[in-house]
Amino acid sequence: MQFLFELFREAVLAPLSELAPDGYEPQAFYLLEVLSLILAIVVPLLLCVLYVTYAERKIIGYIQCRVGPNRVGFFGRRFWGLGQPVADAVKLIFKEIIIPRGANKRLFVIAPMLSVAPSLAAWAVIPFDDGMALADINAGLLYILALTSLAVYGIIIAGWASNSKYAFLGAMRSAAQIVSYEIAMGFAIVCVLVAAGSLNLGRIVAAQTGSLLHWFWLPLLPIFLIYFISGVAETNRAPFDVTEGESELVAGFHVEYSGMAFSIFFMAEYANMILISVLTALLFCGGWLSPFQGLPLFEGLLFLQEPNIVWLLLKTSLFLFLFLWFRATFPRYRYDQIMRLGWKVFLPITIVWIVVVAALVAGRIPPWFD
Amino acid sequence: MAGLGRYLQSLLLRELLRGLRLTGRYLFRRKITVQYPEEKTPQSPRFRGLLALRRYPNGEERCIACKLCEVVCPAAAITIESEERGDGMRRATRYDVDLSKCIYCGFCEEACPVDSIVLTRIYEYHGEKRGDLLMTKQDLLATGDREEAAIAADRAQDARYR
Repeated sequence: MQFLFELFREAVLAPLSELAPDGYEPQAFYLLEVLSLILAIVVPLLLCVLYVTYAERKIIGYIQCRVGPNRVGFFGRRFWGLGQPVADAVKLIFKEIIIPRGANKRLFVIAPMLSVAPSLAAWAVIPFDDGMALADINAGLLYILALTSLAVYGIIIAGWASNSKYAFLGAMRSAAQIVSYEIAMGFAIVCVLVAAGSLNLGRIVAAQTGSLLHWFWLPLLPIFLIYFISGVAETNRAPFDVTEGESELVAGFHVEYSGMAFSIFFMAEYANMILISVLTALLFCGGWLSPFQGLPLFEGLLFLQEPNIVWLLLKTSLFLFLFLWFRATFPRYRYDQIMRLGWKVFLPITIVWIVVVAALVAGRIPPWFD
Repeated sequence: MAGLGRYLQSLLLRELLRGLRLTGRYLFRRKITVQYPEEKTPQSPRFRGLLALRRYPNGEERCIACKLCEVVCPAAAITIESEERGDGMRRATRYDVDLSKCIYCGFCEEACPVDSIVLTRIYEYHGEKRGDLLMTKQDLLATGDREEAAIAADRAQDARYR
């Protein structure tokens, strides 16, 4: 992957910048480079979103003793239904976008963009391998925290602009929920940055080098769980999907949306899911570090021990699978239970654990903080 | 004390993990989906599907236009008109079944004294335009002629219980 990244730089971008007439600065091609890197991240991401929907239907189907989609394939063959997400996308693109008469037209159209933009923009600072980030900035984690909290505006505006009671209720619930879990999530991230001593995601991963037991999930175990559960709540996924509330609010904040506008909300939700999974893998599970690193049993197998993007992808898919597994298992939380969990359980634990982590770091407790 | 135990259990996500274990086990269970056009569920010989009119082995139609089926039909899907035929027998000149009204209750078959109107096991049929599901006497007799072997076999199998 790193190789592809460099190959792309050398084979495509370098010759392009040489094409420039003498008077031009090489910076003129900086924009082109960034744009193509953005494409190199967003296009695979959207493909992932497409196939996470497929995986979701398949996995939940399997858990319910069904087989899930298995009819739509390519070239007249079925391929276990792998064509289903493509067919769904085509259907959604060609559907009519209905704007309700009472809706605020401008906000109604802006809302889906507002919800999808942060969930895509957050990927700018995600490192896929050592140094393989679009923007390797120092305040990476802060940037992500800021962008993930921005996503709620899309939902609130969608609920408000729809001029429908269900959408409005969904948006209100979502606002309260995201604001509550944002705090627990913020504190969880504070724990991580106390432990790693950096806001840069690459350095946070580097701080976990060693072995499986050096990763932050062990010293930060409760925080790891809280972070992931808050992440589920943050993305409005089951069992925290009161915003959509299928059985109470029809579809929550996006009742009035159809066609592409609806599918953009959908895309934002799934991109957020993948983002939370990647972040959990980076912050707590050693990112691209190999789980076999530092284990004497695997001493001879270098390819298993080397840090590689494949490890990050594997860890991310594991957490994505957990998202789907949760959805197939847990019934929706009642609204007051969600609030209780966020404020009375997660918040105190995270605050206590910040002190614990600070003590561990100050005491230079091995094997993590020596 | 019990409260503390419960608190600890909820903190350790005990019940949630048990739930996940259960659904995790179901993930690997055998799937029970029947892939319809390729696979079909087993059918009872008493299955009530498309209606048909039968004939006697000598080719004479069984229906004597007694109109018991028309009377018993709860959906009023059957319309019968009758006339005396040349040989002095009463026969239906019109025997229409509106399949879009029919509820496949099988009362007509129960009411029939000569086993003429029967419900076959055919359930894969459709109409493409209005009136396609309005079966005339010819349609019903044609279905009966086509399916006579299966109809007779099903009746024979169920004869003990009738």
